[in-house]
Amino acid sequence: MTKTEATQQPKDAFSIFLDELRRNSLTVTILAIVTGLLAGGLIAAVTTEGVYAAFRVSFFGGLKAGLMVFWDTYRALFTGSVGVPADIFNALRSGDGAAINKAFTPFFESLLQATPYIFAGLAVALGFRVGLFNIGAEGQIFVGALGTVWVATSLKGLPTIIHVPLALLGGAITGGIWGMIPGWLKAKTGAHEVINTIMMNYIAFRLSEYLLNGILRDPHKSTPISAPIEKSAWLPRFFDDPNRFHAGFFIALLMAFLVYWLLFKTSWGFELRTVGLNPNAARYAGMNIVRSTVITMFLSGALAGMAGANEVLGVNHNLAVAFSSGYGFDSIALALLGNSHPLGVVLAALLFGFLRNGAIQMQLTAGIPIDIISVLQALILAFIAAPAIIRTMYHLKEPKVTEPTLVAAKPEGK
Amino acid sequence: MEPVLDLRGITKRFPGVLANDHISIDLMQGEIHALLGENGAGKTTLMNILYGLYKPDEGDIFVKGQKLTIDTPNDAIKAGVGMVHQHFMLIPVFTVTENIMLGDEYLKPGGFLDRKKAAARIREISQQYNLQVEPDAYVKDLPVGIQQRVEIIKLLFRNADILILDEPTAVLTPQEVDELFNIMKKLVEQGKSIILITHKLREVMEFADRTTVIRGGKVIGTAKQSETNQFELAAMMVGRQIELNIDKKTAETKDVVLDVKNLKVLDTHHQVAVANVSFEVRAGEVLGIAGVQGNGQTELVRALTGLTHPVEGKIHLLERDITHAPVKQITELGTAHIPEDRQKDGLVMTYSIEDNLILNTWYKAPFTRNVILQRKVILDNAQQLVSNFDIRTPSALTATSHLSGGNQQKVIVAREFSRPIKLLVASQPTRGLDVGSIEYIHRRIIEKRDDGCAVLLVSTELDEIMQLSDRVAVMYRGQILAIVDPKTTSREEIGLLMAGVVPEAH
Ligand SMILES: Nc1ncnc2c1ncn2[C@@H]1O[C@H](COP(=O)(O)OP(=O)(O)OP(=O)(O)O)[C@@H](O)[C@H]1O
Ligand SMILES: [Mg+2]
Repeated sequence: MTKTEATQQPKDAFSIFLDELRRNSLTVTILAIVTGLLAGGLIAAVTTEGVYAAFRVSFFGGLKAGLMVFWDTYRALFTGSVGVPADIFNALRSGDGAAINKAFTPFFESLLQATPYIFAGLAVALGFRVGLFNIGAEGQIFVGALGTVWVATSLKGLPTIIHVPLALLGGAITGGIWGMIPGWLKAKTGAHEVINTIMMNYIAFRLSEYLLNGILRDPHKSTPISAPIEKSAWLPRFFDDPNRFHAGFFIALLMAFLVYWLLFKTSWGFELRTVGLNPNAARYAGMNIVRSTVITMFLSGALAGMAGANEVLGVNHNLAVAFSSGYGFDSIALALLGNSHPLGVVLAALLFGFLRNGAIQMQLTAGIPIDIISVLQALILAFIAAPAIIRTMYHLKEPKVTEPTLVAAKPEGK
Repeated sequence: MEPVLDLRGITKRFPGVLANDHISIDLMQGEIHALLGENGAGKTTLMNILYGLYKPDEGDIFVKGQKLTIDTPNDAIKAGVGMVHQHFMLIPVFTVTENIMLGDEYLKPGGFLDRKKAAARIREISQQYNLQVEPDAYVKDLPVGIQQRVEIIKLLFRNADILILDEPTAVLTPQEVDELFNIMKKLVEQGKSIILITHKLREVMEFADRTTVIRGGKVIGTAKQSETNQFELAAMMVGRQIELNIDKKTAETKDVVLDVKNLKVLDTHHQVAVANVSFEVRAGEVLGIAGVQGNGQTELVRALTGLTHPVEGKIHLLERDITHAPVKQITELGTAHIPEDRQKDGLVMTYSIEDNLILNTWYKAPFTRNVILQRKVILDNAQQLVSNFDIRTPSALTATSHLSGGNQQKVIVAREFSRPIKLLVASQPTRGLDVGSIEYIHRRIIEKRDDGCAVLLVSTELDEIMQLSDRVAVMYRGQILAIVDPKTTSREEIGLLMAGVVPEAH
């Protein structure tokens, strides 16, 4: 203790933010989600022209119109992401397989949407746990997809049981290498991974455009898109069309479990977490910070790469430019929401998956622009990231005063 | 006379711990009132309650005769109560003025910070109490002693007249301690009142007007300085007689364990911190390194333990060249290291005690088998050590950050002493510990020595060095000026060496 508290750990602003975030309780997270959802509805109401028209007629009419928009928004969000309760009920009663499948399709479609979020969220969360800020998940998704598409189109005549794992591995390894480069640069030169992962994103985008216009391009198509992948590399589906739910979801859950196991049950994870929490103590304890950094960035990149692989093998069955639509960036938010814990990530990914899928329906039936969901997600995050706002709004005390031990006294990860 | 501060029946419970049990204490104007008590007795908790960081479960606080509820530090400051924490709370990249203004900003019209006005006020306060603090300096460039004064000014700036100082001397050099006490005298002369927490009986006897002893969260008694003595206080504190001097057999030295030759080490600013240092430590002896803080001891220890590598010279451990060996290898060869800065290097504060107790053996059997952490073994190990080393905690699963400062230190000592070792490098091993724990740790160090372990003890406490060492090396400006026998050398001679004065005869 020869120095002041703040100089003790050479932490950058990100780490401090993460520490602060970790002090958030579950209550804060839940209240943030609820508040975000309510605010989203409010914004939907406020931005609907009809509501103003109704207000011009009468105050109560306006209020009613506003509430109607509110109601419609959430109903559409619910039916879009879970299903129409009446349909589900009738289908179950009729016992007709096709009808049941159709009624449950929105629900499974949400799980499908959540799958890449789980992979990418785990990627970012793993980095956070080791004190690394992998902002490059998006690029790693692209590169992973490239690796996967190559394996899935060029190898022919393999059985599914071999081709799918190989193709997934192709995505994991290429994504992993993409993540490892900034990790290695950080370990060797001290270059901050935030900068380098962002730079690697740009390289990845351009690289995928280049390859999709070149060797990976399907010559029969007019747009830059890869040839369809071999049927043997498709991730197995469980239901008939239009239900696209596939095995990727379970692979994602398996990965979440593996990440949890690695971090909290193994000696490797102990080393990684120590490096993340206090690099000085890690060095004192004889831990290898360079190795931890490089390995973590590889694993992180590999998980992101699997998100790309999942989309190619499970949903698109080919690879087009700009296919990811921001999973990698959302996953940063998602890892924060899930408190960088694999279970938290899975829950947050499900939330995002349901919101994203419901939003499409909301746009179709309630005419609410899909962008409301982006606003809503942003609001939830803002409330999480600024717990002071939430604490003040709901008069919560600083956690250190109300429950000094209960939260932190539990050993990590149990 | 009415007390300026009166705490009545303060009680505070943490899950599994009764930290304060109906504590009543008063403070007179112009008084220095010392709080004495074992590690974990509840001193810091009591002061945190007074400062509004914790809410008491029971009890009342009266300031100048008025009953107050203090919910936040702001309430405390309004009531004129200020606190300097055991661990400082300054922002290193801010200047002194900015740190002091933080939370109590002087504004110019238009909402801009009025640094000039604040700096002027700081100069004024600094002069009034002879604090010698430069308002424009950056906190990161200041020595610890001065940083502490910045904390004090922060309180005076907010017009506090009741000052709480929590173990202010633990991190200071002897000279800084003297200066601090001069400042404290000035403060009480000018009407301030001070609550002083310390573990050093000498300071209590010399500077306090009254002392209250707390044990296990209860007040054991309050004594006027004129009516008590060190031994009585020590006994009150731990509930038994304390042997302030430990007797030890003469050392039976054996083979050389650590051999250091012409070592040159640079500090983080690439300045020479250790210059041409050579010595050896043999099995079965304690070599003490005496010296005022900042004379190269930190860098020397870091080089010996592999945390930094020397630019010149050689280090041999058990005849193996470890000059450039990684930490892990040095640990595996049988080195234990009690680091100088426990929170920075020695512990992961958010980890449980259990996890901190395996911090440098985590990968080994029996704690890990086939890369799986053996939670049951780890917990058993922790429970054993918690009871062997008397770590005061509700459970081995408690987060280390919830332990009192002294008990955090015991976690490190327990970890380092619980595996077979050949060399012990102990840097300030008893910093922040109570007399009972110091006695205990001193005994364990001597035990290790008698078991044939080589001990390198680095301490700025001359008493500690004199008591434990078989030979004393005095470090000054990166060099070892002399290696002397503590039995034939007086404290004064060593004191002079520490100040860089080499006797003529040598
Ligand atoms: N936030 C907390 N949560 C749970 N227990 C706590 C917390 N803070 C302190 N304690 C417990 O309360 C007791 C008193 O701690 P406190 O820090 O007041 O001791 P102290 O007298 O200042 O000791 P030291 O001399 O070692 O600094 C200890 O047993 C400690 O473990
Ligand atoms: Mg304390």
